[in-house]
Amino acid sequence: MSKKMHINLTVNGEHHEFLAEPRELLIYTLRERLNITGPHIGCETSHCGACTVTLNGKSVKACTMFIAQADGAEITTIEGIGSPDNLHVLQRSFREHHGLQCGYCTPGMITRASKLLEENPNPTEEEVRFGMAGNMCRCTGYQNIVKSILAAASEMNAAKEAAE
Amino acid sequence: MKDFTDEQKERAANLKGLGSSRKRVEDARFTQGKGNYVDDIKLPGMLHGDFVRSPYAHARIKSIDTSKAMALEGVVAVLTAADLAPLNLHWMPTLAGDKQMVLADGKVLFQGQEVAFVVAKDRFIAADAVELVEVDYEELPVIVNPFEALQSDVVLREDIADKKEGAHGPRKHHNHIFTWEVGEEAATNDVIENAEVVATETVYYHRTHPCPLETCGSVASMDKVNGKLTVWGTFQAPHVVRTVASLLSGIEEHNIRVISPDIGGGFGNKVGVYPGYVCSIVASIVTGVPVKWIEDRMENLMSTAFARDYWMTGKIAATKEGKITGLHCHVTADHGAFDACADPTKFPAGFMNICTGSYDIPTAYLAVDGVYTNKAPGGVAYRCSFRVTEAVYFIERMIEVLAIELNMDAAELRRINFIKKEQFPYQSALGWEYDSGDYHTAWDKALKAVDYEGLRKEQAERVEAFKRGETRSLMGVGLTFFTEIVGAGPVKNCDILGMGMFDSCEIRIHPTGSAIARLGTISQGQGHATTFAQILASEIGLPADSITIEEGDTDTAPYGLGTYGSRSTPVAGAATALAGRKIRAKAQMIAAYLLEVHDDDVEWDIDRFVVKGAPERFKTMKEIAYAAYNQAIPGVEPGLEAVSYYDPPNMTYPFGAYICVMDIDVDTGVQTIRKFYALDDCGTRINPMIIEGQIHGGLTEALAVALGQEIAYDDMGNVKTGTFMDFFLPTAWEVPNYITDHTVTPSPHHPIGAKGVGESPHVGGVPCFSNAVNDAFRAFGLRHTHMPHDHWRIWQTANKLGLHD
Amino acid sequence: MIPASFDYHRPSDLEGVLALLKEHGDDARVIAGGHSLIPMMKLRMAEVPQLIDLQAIESLKGYSVNGSHVKIGAMVTQHELINSDELAAVAPILRETSLQIADPQVRYMGTVGGNVANGDPGNDMPGLMQCLDATLHLIGPNGTREVAAREYYEAAYVTAREEDEVLTAISFEAPKGGYAYEKQKRKIGDYATAAAAVTIQKDGGKVASASIAMTNLSDTPVWSEAAGNALVGTTCDAGAIKVAVAAMLDDIDPTEDNRGPVAFKKHVAGIILTRAITRAWERA
Repeated sequence: MSKKMHINLTVNGEHHEFLAEPRELLIYTLRERLNITGPHIGCETSHCGACTVTLNGKSVKACTMFIAQADGAEITTIEGIGSPDNLHVLQRSFREHHGLQCGYCTPGMITRASKLLEENPNPTEEEVRFGMAGNMCRCTGYQNIVKSILAAASEMNAAKEAAE
Repeated sequence: MKDFTDEQKERAANLKGLGSSRKRVEDARFTQGKGNYVDDIKLPGMLHGDFVRSPYAHARIKSIDTSKAMALEGVVAVLTAADLAPLNLHWMPTLAGDKQMVLADGKVLFQGQEVAFVVAKDRFIAADAVELVEVDYEELPVIVNPFEALQSDVVLREDIADKKEGAHGPRKHHNHIFTWEVGEEAATNDVIENAEVVATETVYYHRTHPCPLETCGSVASMDKVNGKLTVWGTFQAPHVVRTVASLLSGIEEHNIRVISPDIGGGFGNKVGVYPGYVCSIVASIVTGVPVKWIEDRMENLMSTAFARDYWMTGKIAATKEGKITGLHCHVTADHGAFDACADPTKFPAGFMNICTGSYDIPTAYLAVDGVYTNKAPGGVAYRCSFRVTEAVYFIERMIEVLAIELNMDAAELRRINFIKKEQFPYQSALGWEYDSGDYHTAWDKALKAVDYEGLRKEQAERVEAFKRGETRSLMGVGLTFFTEIVGAGPVKNCDILGMGMFDSCEIRIHPTGSAIARLGTISQGQGHATTFAQILASEIGLPADSITIEEGDTDTAPYGLGTYGSRSTPVAGAATALAGRKIRAKAQMIAAYLLEVHDDDVEWDIDRFVVKGAPERFKTMKEIAYAAYNQAIPGVEPGLEAVSYYDPPNMTYPFGAYICVMDIDVDTGVQTIRKFYALDDCGTRINPMIIEGQIHGGLTEALAVALGQEIAYDDMGNVKTGTFMDFFLPTAWEVPNYITDHTVTPSPHHPIGAKGVGESPHVGGVPCFSNAVNDAFRAFGLRHTHMPHDHWRIWQTANKLGLHD
Repeated sequence: MIPASFDYHRPSDLEGVLALLKEHGDDARVIAGGHSLIPMMKLRMAEVPQLIDLQAIESLKGYSVNGSHVKIGAMVTQHELINSDELAAVAPILRETSLQIADPQVRYMGTVGGNVANGDPGNDMPGLMQCLDATLHLIGPNGTREVAAREYYEAAYVTAREEDEVLTAISFEAPKGGYAYEKQKRKIGDYATAAAAVTIQKDGGKVASASIAMTNLSDTPVWSEAAGNALVGTTCDAGAIKVAVAAMLDDIDPTEDNRGPVAFKKHVAGIILTRAITRAWERA
């Protein structure tokens, strides 16, 4: 066993400090050490995106990052995107448009979609499909996921306009 | 509802019952990351298990040295077959009447087979310890081809080498498992010999894998103080797991509690019982603390539950006018190292005998030979009822080949052979009774919706343009008309390990007019918590929003056979409706008492009983519920509960018409789906939103299978497609938007007329995509090309036809 | 999939990296985005006792554009390449290529340096850099040196970079004229079945110069001088393209894998290259 490292991490606004083996994958840190079990493990080779979190402003796959690399990072997971009393538009939209079935890919999907809409608030369907291509779903065939994201974008834009 | 008043319509709408696109109750937790899947379960002191797996497809194990692994700090145990043998747990029964090694006993028979189980304090130490277990293998000749297996002197299953009788009759060879025959062989041969036209083709449905996004796993916790074993796991059939666990372990069934938490997709992968489940249980019994086992993705693809791998040779006979007169089918079924198919016991090839499809074929014969090879065991129903995808793929390819033989349009050939509406209930030549259908109406609607004639015209023009050198793109029109057989099934002929395939529902109405219903099924994304509440809402008149549906805990749910083969709605859905009717029957007595009239003088009105002829005098179900618990009613027990165990009288037969328009780049083999139209008839529609979602998902899985998804082996038995780099799961980028449509032909024997839908799009989708590829090359002389239709195979087809010259 | 244990280092400057490489020799590997290395470590196909993370080294970040001279730090990600309007203006082929790599999440992490340096024949950037005649800037115990991308790749995962050297940047003269990066793959996230990077300069209606490289059709990227030369002086007509394609097909040596057999790959290589040349010419 290698030397443990002193790790600092901010997850969903909460600061954590602990000792960990460098090889601990970020997904295990979140799920097992911090009990943040929204992000899931699907493929382990950075294809499926079930483990997607936002790290220092980037959408990343937490199965393909060592905790050592993430030392010092700020992370947002599905748990930090909305709360029961204040759901993110995407969380409501996925339900409204049946953008999920078994729910396993959903946290990664919504987390990724939130970043996509931040970077491109008014995407075309093609841009949504391309921008979500790092997240696999086995249940929905994507049609309603795409619909959910486009609807959320419209709603967010309408809200923005109303506020201006 | 057309006779309802506006007031009644409003009351009905408030229930969100049958036909409502009710939003899902499951979604709140899933969209907030609060699902509870098996890997989310964390118990105090929990250990982690991990497998040492065979790198070889066939080898003798000369020795296993676990000493270095045991010496690693944090390793608690390393189990091998030798450790399990005294408990008689080194082998386990399969669902198909065979037995399977839990841990390699003397030899390994497929790459990835479980050899030893390491138990350690965390998953990192377990993974390190796996590397330290030293296994000395002696390689043996590998057989990955079933035809070769039947000729070979190499004995794969030494444990049963001398057995002439298998679970399903005589064995013809030491690598042969069973022969299963249905229909009239002599009569069928006679029809074929004397037919005006016969089309013959061999159709291979390649090996693939259901591959839900969540892999398989379990957490076992043996409480030695109370003698209770609790097992959480990815179980599509938790009660079956409990019974099997009891039979294997000797622990009485009341001391075993099996819980299926949220399941991240199943698609058949999670029906079987796997060595990982058994080892986690044994390890917990041995150590006295909870043990978790979670499969990684490579393990999932290599070792648990493949699907298909059927070589199907067909002969289809017809008159010159295209009326089909007979069908002969022989299947060589590659079952891998153990026969672990998840089929009802009496059906070693599942419902492959639905292979006469949607057509009125008077004479038919089917024979299936199961064969052992050095490949992973499985043979599960991947998003279909048992072997129905294979059957539908077979007949829908044979129809296309016959159309070529007859030089006929394939849509017309289907039309003239469909079972007619007035022929239902229809007795098929291979033994099924189709419950209801109106195929002609569905077909005409589909053809019209896509402008079929226009498509054929465009296709012909494209062929001409191609021949003139103006384009390198061809166009395929894929047609499929499928009939599914789901809802297994009648206990008289459907059982799993002797347990009849009924299902169940138990309802408790609470005093304030809400309810909980528990079922023997388990949702894996289908939305049972939403839809079963809708069935009940329409039956008992309480709002779906006031009804909790609970599944998956064997301590609380009534016994059921689980969720697969689209059986939940046909079987448990029927149990739900009937249990609801029992509630209503008692409610009627209570209402009559409260209204001071005779039982027969009240009638049901959406959510209440009203006095006949005096609708202003009524008691709502909510009021009745309160009275049931709080008022002494002479001759009526307090409370309002009901249980129903439903043994279906027949299967249900959903059907549909699918049409795919595909462009194919002849030079690169790249296919582009331009349009996909799916008409489904699943009988009564419970929740149209959910039905549509199921169709989208099933079609996408079908697209994957048809266009690239496979479990491929090299000659040494190495799995070539063990990660998502090579195992094709499409992303949003590769998937089209689908057009969905429907007709409604209720099942006459189901209490609410529903037939089940989740698997139809896969069953119908695969042949539809495949037919589109084949059809694109029909004008250039192609009869049949095997799936998966990935780029290089399409290119090869074009190349063989001389289209690159 | 759990990797073996390792020690982790995150030096803040290149001196620190070089010192660690010297200290640990063969045991050490540098990691940039990690999307090639980490899966290999998780599958225990790569053992890395000492992992040196380059993320804190400022000098490897950022890019500069001076006229037509472009220099890109090794730690610049594909995401940054795609989103840089400045780079897209001077060398749009960078964006076109980057969009073909993996998926959005991987592109946030995946770096130019990582893609170029490790010699994975499946990576897209090496072929592109050969097409652009880029220069790879290396630093080692004996100081810095430059290696042409066209000289860098020796075999799969074998490159001109010594084990104690680190790739710091890539520079090139932005191509004038038309360009195209054409890639056939099975799905998002896949390596190329065949991919072609092409730049063409036009003068007086004819090809003045052309540069052509292809990806994943040999154990290294293949820049074919003969293929480029075959176009020079022509109007890039079908005949000329055919000669160029034939020259390239002579230079590649694909092997069979799950993407298909050799004959298919060669055929597709020809088609993809034809399309890339055609598109580059249209843009020239």
